[in-house]
Amino acid sequence: MIPLSITLRQALERLVLPILIVAALGIILLGQADRALTERVRMGLADILAPAYGLVAWPQEQARTLLGRMRDMGRIEAENQRLRAENANLRHWYDVAAALADENASLKANLHWMPDPSPSFVTGRVVRDTSGLYARSVLVAANVDAGIHKDEIVLDGSGMVGRVTEIGSRSVRVLLITDASSRIPVRLEVSHGAAIMAGDNSGTPRLIYYPQDNPPIEGERVVTNGEIDTMPPGLPVGQIHYVRPGQPVVIPFASLGHLDIVRVFDYGRSAVIPPDAPGRIPVRRPADSLSLPFPSPLRRG
Amino acid sequence: MTPDQAPEFQPGIQPRPSLWRRLDMLSRRGLPAVLTALAVLLLSAPFGVPGQAELLPGILLSSVFFWSVFRPASMSSPIVFLLGILVDLLGFGPPGVMLLVVLLVHGVALSGRYGFSRAHILVLWLVFGGVSLGATALQWGLISALSLHLVPAIAFAFQWVLGVGLFPLLCVVFSTLGRSIANPDRA
Repeated sequence: MIPLSITLRQALERLVLPILIVAALGIILLGQADRALTERVRMGLADILAPAYGLVAWPQEQARTLLGRMRDMGRIEAENQRLRAENANLRHWYDVAAALADENASLKANLHWMPDPSPSFVTGRVVRDTSGLYARSVLVAANVDAGIHKDEIVLDGSGMVGRVTEIGSRSVRVLLITDASSRIPVRLEVSHGAAIMAGDNSGTPRLIYYPQDNPPIEGERVVTNGEIDTMPPGLPVGQIHYVRPGQPVVIPFASLGHLDIVRVFDYGRSAVIPPDAPGRIPVRRPADSLSLPFPSPLRRG
Repeated sequence: MTPDQAPEFQPGIQPRPSLWRRLDMLSRRGLPAVLTALAVLLLSAPFGVPGQAELLPGILLSSVFFWSVFRPASMSSPIVFLLGILVDLLGFGPPGVMLLVVLLVHGVALSGRYGFSRAHILVLWLVFGGVSLGATALQWGLISALSLHLVPAIAFAFQWVLGVGLFPLLCVVFSTLGRSIANPDRA
């Protein structure tokens, strides 16, 4: 310790707080200038903490399972009755589905139908809800080396959850469809309209840009529209609900409030490079213009 | 609250403290900061407690304010800086905002600590209400300015109310801690 006079030491101590405040302002500016650096540091910390968060989440899940099992035991009789009735009903629908699948297969064989490639997926556990006051996103611990890329689609058991926005080495961040910056092109299954589903940080994203002459119908299913490259058509998203006349929202099928296990799908759609339009003439360099097989219209005029 | 005095300023000749005693004093002095950091880490873990995201700033601001007033040696400016960095790294907002806010709250508490530490608990509560209102408004303004659109203020109002409501409860906990296990004089 360097011996300093008491007045000098007091003056130095008084300078610490202003210097730190200036440093904080510097960090704000740096964060605005270099967002990639911030994300890298944050994902580094999240990677370190992900196993710990997993440890925290595990006993909660066990307790929830135990509670659910105890509750189930209490009403096992009624449940049995209901399941028997439902099973009879489902058996009927199974026959119908099997017949339809057969018919579908034979029709496809007649049409020389080319099947869609089946997507590969990586399964991961949601270890942390990173939703703050103004963002809706979750952190998923998954094996990134198994091939998770940016912009891939994340689904849970019942519907679409969101899209991958950032990738660490052991975890990825998923922007939920309810986030205010999420815009998903969707198709309405009954009214056949196209629309954009825009998140607004509430549990129910709004529906915008839907056709005015063909409004969405209460209760109809909403599925993805295959119009952007990374998203296949027909993934289940949610259900239309009117909170008041003229204001349709989508109630997501996925239970976004308590996500547990999700799958990250690689549809390989971003790898598709659109072919050149047929008949398109490649652009020639100016030096080649002399060797044109026909006289240039420009030079004639 | 007992004053936090280093032994060498106390009158009389005292033996040089042993290593264990010095370690004990250090851990007692560092306890408030460690507990605050633990609370930050726990509140960003996935517990699914309702209002968890809004709870964190309230607890952080209460802790920083209380310890800066009553024992600045345990909540010095560099420690507040590190806590702010931790919160900013764990959240996903614009970086540096929470850091600046806690440093300013710490500065206000330090500058007024001679008045605040003698004031009645209700007066201190009112003061904290004002300070945290300013802090929350600053946070809202900065986040709105940095993300270039007005974020809904209602969540911030909820965060402020939660923080103000928690403050007396945390005061009781902190002053009990400060008299018992976080008191360096009892090492």
